[in-house]
Amino acid sequence: MADPMRIRAQAADGKATVRVLMAHEMETGLRKDSSGNKIPAWFIQDVTVAHNGATVMTAQWGPSVAKNPFMQLAVKGAKAGDKITISWVDNKGDKRTDEATVS
Amino acid sequence: MQTRREMLAHSATVAGLLAAAGLLPQAAQAAWNEAAFSAKTLADVVKAMGGSAPAASADVSINGPDIAENGAVVPVGAATTLAGAKRLMLLVEKNPSALAAVFDLTDSVEPNINTRVKMGQSSNVYAVAMMADGKVLFAQKEIKVTLGGCGG
Repeated sequence: MADPMRIRAQAADGKATVRVLMAHEMETGLRKDSSGNKIPAWFIQDVTVAHNGATVMTAQWGPSVAKNPFMQLAVKGAKAGDKITISWVDNKGDKRTDEATVS
Repeated sequence: MQTRREMLAHSATVAGLLAAAGLLPQAAQAAWNEAAFSAKTLADVVKAMGGSAPAASADVSINGPDIAENGAVVPVGAATTLAGAKRLMLLVEKNPSALAAVFDLTDSVEPNINTRVKMGQSSNVYAVAMMADGKVLFAQKEIKVTLGGCGG
């Protein structure tokens, strides 16, 4: 299990700005280690964002997304106290789900 | 307040749309679009995602620095002012695989997403919006990189 995500969700003007920082290596599969062997690709492929249990956005990522990915989005109609749940699945099948409360 | 009937109808519509796009959450792992992520050019990526020929549009915007000091972490964002965007994509033209990220939107999120990408070298970066009516619009910006983020 990977390290937890850091999620911050703040409500303003009828929407909530959600910022997520995920802990992930995001290896491209192109880098080589010190002995010249390729480091296999290891990156987050699917990301799902849910607001109070209803999916509001899904994303597919490639290896070009930066290490320890950051993502910012605005969820309409989310207000203080609502739950924002974010989950990801990487290309090795590892997954992680974290929840935050809108403040 | 939605009635249960409306709620169900709405859910069915959404499920239908998701299924049509091959993006039901359960199937998400399988739906990862390998063809799109291995495509090299904007046109190929859009084709692999099932879109029509992309057109430049002033209603789509891309946020990013003019010069990125570190190609490993380049903050970029895609946004559109148009209603009805169902998908936003970010592409880095000269990366080994051009497509960086695809965001499938619903009506509950604003079509304005920011993230960070890696860039191997100075390149054009595209923000592409696929609209509900089938139009594919894009904006581009050249970002210069002083230190690459791929290979090593």
